[in-house]
Amino acid sequence: MADVNRGNRPLSPHLQIYRPQLTSITSILTRITGNALLVGAILVVWWFLAAASGPEYFAFADGIITSWLGDLVMFGSVWALWYHALAGVRHLIWDTGRGLELPVAMKLGWAAIIGSVVLTILTVIVI
Amino acid sequence: MVQFTLPKNSKIKTGKTWPKPEGATNVRKFQIYRWNPDDGQNPQVDTYFVDMDSCGPMILDALIKIKNEIDPTLTFRRSCREGICGSCAMNIDGINTLACIYGMDEVKGDVKIYPLPHMPVVKDLIPDLTHFYAQHASIMPWLETKTNRPQKEWRQSIEDRKKLDGLYECVMCASCSTSCPSYWWNGDRYLGPAALLHAYRWIIDSRDEATPERLDDLEDPFKLYRCHTIMNCAKTCPKGLNPAKAIAEIKKMMVERAV
Repeated sequence: MADVNRGNRPLSPHLQIYRPQLTSITSILTRITGNALLVGAILVVWWFLAAASGPEYFAFADGIITSWLGDLVMFGSVWALWYHALAGVRHLIWDTGRGLELPVAMKLGWAAIIGSVVLTILTVIVI
Repeated sequence: MVQFTLPKNSKIKTGKTWPKPEGATNVRKFQIYRWNPDDGQNPQVDTYFVDMDSCGPMILDALIKIKNEIDPTLTFRRSCREGICGSCAMNIDGINTLACIYGMDEVKGDVKIYPLPHMPVVKDLIPDLTHFYAQHASIMPWLETKTNRPQKEWRQSIEDRKKLDGLYECVMCASCSTSCPSYWWNGDRYLGPAALLHAYRWIIDSRDEATPERLDDLEDPFKLYRCHTIMNCAKTCPKGLNPAKAIAEIKKMMVERAV
């Protein structure tokens, strides 16, 4: 094989040019929601710890958690929880070797996205 | 390693705009990745205008027309022009496919063409597939037997032969592996969808007698388990195959033999 200037070969573009796919978006969202939930969970634990440590500190922590920003983070966490759970179920189905045919996999992807939004709205209404 | 941005020598510059064909009324704009190993410059995207009234229907027809009539230095691989050799795999309109069987009418707007993603570029649209082929070789892509050779051929029932459908059709074009983000970040150690589909093709071949060895070799956090079922591979395969399913079957066999 012609070994032309091998050392300086550029890397062809990847993320920059690859069209986002439903398959790739649902996959990376699973990872992002999983990591974001860790942060959300730490926030909730901090809130509990504040409650245990005294009324003044709890008032401070509670003020942040129930502020509009805190509400937004918690609302996002509810969606993240639903999405991550549904995507997790999708992966469980895949692990049995089922649902991997492209049309089914696409439907499962849409189900995770739409299902998580619907369930989030329902959760907010119920709470 | 995950590196989302391109290295310094790979950043893409705006390239040359080639003149429009004279007297043509039905022109289409093509934006094509160029890199010349001899001039020391960064890659660039050149703009070409192709007369659609005198051009064949496929992307490859346009590339050949550009090379013949506009810019003879444009470099790409092609051979069979009917989707069986796998040479003209490239990134067209944001997905990996074979230029020869991808119709111009399947692309909306300008046609953007890049080499297969996250690969070292030899020149223009030609990626270096050395590592990809080495990975294919590593899965022992041949019939491995232990019993004595039969008098005639190794026989197989119709049912067992059917298990190879959807696997044997792979033409090793590398579209799937280079569409896989996991392969982008860990391609040095993760075998990628193409090699794993071939691995499965031999694992489930009823005549093959090296299944345990094949599974042993794949039992590795990187070789097999970097597949996170992203499924870009199945989505992009120009032959309509499903490497993700083949990989899932291998993972299942790993569990089944462990319990």
